[in-house]
Amino acid sequence: MATITHTPAVPSQADRNRPKRRWGSMIAGLVILCVMLFPLYWMINTALQPESGLLEVDAIPHSLDLSGFSSAISEQGTNLLTSLAVALGAVAICLAISAPAAYALAQFKLPGTKVIVFGTLITQMVPGIVIANALYSAYVDLGLVNSYFGLMLADASLGIPFAIVLMRSFMVAIPREVIEAAEVDGAGRFRTFVQVVLPMSRNSLITAGLFSFLYAWSDFMFALTLNTTDDVKPITLGIYQYIGAHVGDWGSVMAAAVLSAIPAAILLVLAQKYIAAGISGGSVK
Amino acid sequence: MSTTTAPAPVAPIVTSTKTPDPLRAKRRRKLAQWGFLAPAVVFMLLFFGYPLVRNVVMSFQDYSPSTFFTGKAPFNGFDNWKNVFQNDLFGKALLQTILFTIGSLIGQFCIGLALAVFFTKRFPLNGVLRSLILLPWLVPMVVSGIVWRRILDQDTGVLNSFLGIFGVGDTPWLTSTSMALVSVVLVNIWIGIPFNMVILYGGLQEVPKELYEAAALDGASAWRTFRSITLPLLKPVITVVLVLGFMSTVKILDLILALTDGGPADSTQTLGTLTYQNSFVSLDFGAGAVVGNILILISAVFAVFYLRANRNEGK
Repeated sequence: MATITHTPAVPSQADRNRPKRRWGSMIAGLVILCVMLFPLYWMINTALQPESGLLEVDAIPHSLDLSGFSSAISEQGTNLLTSLAVALGAVAICLAISAPAAYALAQFKLPGTKVIVFGTLITQMVPGIVIANALYSAYVDLGLVNSYFGLMLADASLGIPFAIVLMRSFMVAIPREVIEAAEVDGAGRFRTFVQVVLPMSRNSLITAGLFSFLYAWSDFMFALTLNTTDDVKPITLGIYQYIGAHVGDWGSVMAAAVLSAIPAAILLVLAQKYIAAGISGGSVK
Repeated sequence: MSTTTAPAPVAPIVTSTKTPDPLRAKRRRKLAQWGFLAPAVVFMLLFFGYPLVRNVVMSFQDYSPSTFFTGKAPFNGFDNWKNVFQNDLFGKALLQTILFTIGSLIGQFCIGLALAVFFTKRFPLNGVLRSLILLPWLVPMVVSGIVWRRILDQDTGVLNSFLGIFGVGDTPWLTSTSMALVSVVLVNIWIGIPFNMVILYGGLQEVPKELYEAAALDGASAWRTFRSITLPLLKPVITVVLVLGFMSTVKILDLILALTDGGPADSTQTLGTLTYQNSFVSLDFGAGAVVGNILILISAVFAVFYLRANRNEGK
């Protein structure tokens, strides 16, 4: 079912006509990229010069000094693991809740479907700080403050509306005959969903999962507001508190920043097709 | 012996599942279908519906640090609203939110569109460069904020030492009340460029190539082609980009906290950071809820725009 795959990131086609005139554009493109990515270069560069402290940083690290990284790992290592655990938990919750919902909204003609789709779009517009505001007191009552599960749930809320909208737009394209055929063969509704619908929607599941991971990994607001102790501290909160405490130690702060940016870099390289599909598909549809 | 008896009971069961009542079967099917939707509906009611209602209620309640020990938050009418509106900080934050949002949107959109048009050219490495430009958008916003805080440092930051080459004196990017908001806007423009670029690039791919060929035959200039073909056909995508950009910019918290913490002297305080400060720093959740409600109201107005744009998109 290649029809369901959605690939806006089409690799530029080989141009047969006038290849020579393209080199100027390529150089311009490289310059643009260098300007855009300069802050990220500077992050790595500063991380490799921990001894500079509050001084100016050299443009290029002269010698590889990894002490910033070793102190970042010893002080922020557990926070990185916390981020990983929370983000993966959020992805699991997000997909478990939104995949069946997307299927129902795409294929079942239930009354109220339109209202729910509308509601899903609306929820993407609720400012997070408003949610945190109300959630905090509810979390205090429920004992979910400073808990992994509480933060996973809150972080899952960042991805769920997006995941539903995205997966629904893919699942609408699954032909009814395929689903009916599975049901005629005696598969129950749930088995049809797991064994037919989910495999066919593989690409949209990956895209939705990827984005809910990035949302949860990047979350700072819920980490900041729903935790009052250091028990559950993701890397974003860790770095933020780090600059409060060690302004003089920019090398370690930047090393921690580099470590926190690694998932984004890895995902971009491994799954750029899905990232591009997610950015355009989830927002325009 | 037992094997021959085994199939016997199967037959009656099969016939019994064929319920004679089609209405009941239909109802059961609907019920099973709702089962797929129920978890999401419950989750969204708890994590979006409840906070919306709760914020309205909270804005009429007196929250104080002791509320979390005693559990008592008495209703106090419009006191929170009055207090928030009478405080000069609210007007200041509202104005700064508007400046921050408009400045960011204009910058992100114009540069994003320029890059999107640039990348419609065919050249080697186009795809690779285009996807690498996404990186700033994928890095946690609070991390970007901290990196920029280092770059913009007045005395030891690289931006000032670079500008020094051209004889520009040290600029207090983040430490002067007149520059801080400009700096925060500039950083947010940098963050928003990739998103704008990708969506607008996608929109440009949809513009039929024949139109450009026809324009070229008619001898239209590049600017004329852009104005008369590209922009009108891109309009639905532009609306979506701007509205989504608005939604994500108006509520920004991470970036401002990481860059300036709302300072110096509240010069980068916005409605988002003010909500946070009222609720989680001053522990006055009632006042936080008031500002939060205003933020929702502003978002709701733009949500209407978004939904209308979205509807037109579907047609």
